[in-house]
Amino acid sequence: MPGNPLPDAEQLLTALIEQMRPAVGPDTGLIGIHTGGVWVAERLHQALKPKTPAAALDVSYYRDDYAARGLHRDVKRSEIPFEVEGRDLILVDDVLYTGRTIRAALNELFDYGRPASVRLAALVDRGGRQLPIAAQFIGATLTLRPGQNIALKRDAKGRLSLELREEAK
Amino acid sequence: MWLHPSNPQLDKKGQLHHLLTLEGLPAEILWQILDTAKTFVGTKVKKVPLLRGKSVFNVFFEPSTRTRTTFEIAAKRLSADVINLNVTVSSQSKGESLLDTVDNLSAMHADMFVVRHGESGAPHFIARHVAPDIHVINAGDGRHSHPTQGLLDMYTIRHYKKDFSNLRVAIVGDILHSRVARSQIHALATLGCPEIRVIGPKTLLPAHVEQLGVHVFHDMRQGLKDVDVVTMLRLQNERMQGALLPSAQEFYKYYGLTQDKLALAKPDAIVLHPGPMNRGVEIDSSVADGRQSVILPQVTFGIAVRMAVMSIMAGNK
Repeated sequence: MPGNPLPDAEQLLTALIEQMRPAVGPDTGLIGIHTGGVWVAERLHQALKPKTPAAALDVSYYRDDYAARGLHRDVKRSEIPFEVEGRDLILVDDVLYTGRTIRAALNELFDYGRPASVRLAALVDRGGRQLPIAAQFIGATLTLRPGQNIALKRDAKGRLSLELREEAK
Repeated sequence: MWLHPSNPQLDKKGQLHHLLTLEGLPAEILWQILDTAKTFVGTKVKKVPLLRGKSVFNVFFEPSTRTRTTFEIAAKRLSADVINLNVTVSSQSKGESLLDTVDNLSAMHADMFVVRHGESGAPHFIARHVAPDIHVINAGDGRHSHPTQGLLDMYTIRHYKKDFSNLRVAIVGDILHSRVARSQIHALATLGCPEIRVIGPKTLLPAHVEQLGVHVFHDMRQGLKDVDVVTMLRLQNERMQGALLPSAQEFYKYYGLTQDKLALAKPDAIVLHPGPMNRGVEIDSSVADGRQSVILPQVTFGIAVRMAVMSIMAGNK
């Protein structure tokens, strides 16, 4: 798109798929974090075809900003349609930023069982980590100014794109 | 003034701060509670850490088993600490005033009060009095309101019927003494149910009940015709003064839900009852235990609905 400084999400997805291909076996569990991460996980699942169904996690009940910001308006149900215990898992998110969502996701995951391993895939890593968390699979690394946010969007045909949002002062 | 000027349940931003009645609660908040409750139904993980470190005080000035227990389970599944106080048998009998009781409990660092009281309006009174960071949930006050029961009934109806916009709902029995009926009527109207019927003898219907927008029937057979949902109410012997009814047997004959009366409703109609049931008074055992009964799912959904109310409220400042 002319004038759009952000990379094409579909190209990032292709890059991510190729990075992950050697790491995803038939029993690997792909777990997307609502909402953008679920879209990415679905696409990864279609491309990498593990036998294990794709899972979705909503971390609203595990967030550390609940006391400050309240409950998210539109909480979704977490659905993990496989046994977590002893399995190799890959958490999938759209944008990796402070790492707090991933911390919440890890806590929630361990309420389901003790996985053999957990790795992290993100379509975009925008830096700004506040916790010791790193992704093993990354579509692209971007540098953004504070106050700038990127959001993943999905159109009616299922095509993914990135959108830049300036935070209101 | 930190509360909403026109609705003492809402904060200045219009968010739920106390849950006192379903009357006047915006549809958006009702839907948010029902949607959030759905995330707690049938999940593999029963307990989430959301309310860790919060103290929920169940303060019951009137006896209750089911409601108190489901509130306790709901709070514990959100990781809150729960303190149960049965005030009927403690301070009040020693002469302590309602506000003194509440002040003392607040001094024990309560974050949330779940209040049941025999007097209508008692939870409102407490909500107006507590510190701004404390939340109050009405768990039933007199004949006035029982909002979480109304909400769990709405959850149950939505679960089985998907949508309110084409429903015919009948509420049967002792409407006069029923805080459940009032909560159901307000919630159904807000959620867009087009036809609400109340069925009962004249002596057990409030005067001018039509003004709530309901259709009144005294003949149960007429009233049940083609309804999608039948919600039965308990005959509240403990609240009756004087001769409102000739006898429980006669009530059963005219207003008890039996298989042959239920056959007048739609074939896929569901039967609700808030409990505790008087079998053979307002409902026949074969109906209570029958295939159209959703009375036990109501109890299960009640926990999820109470979890939803607590998680939404406790996050609103």
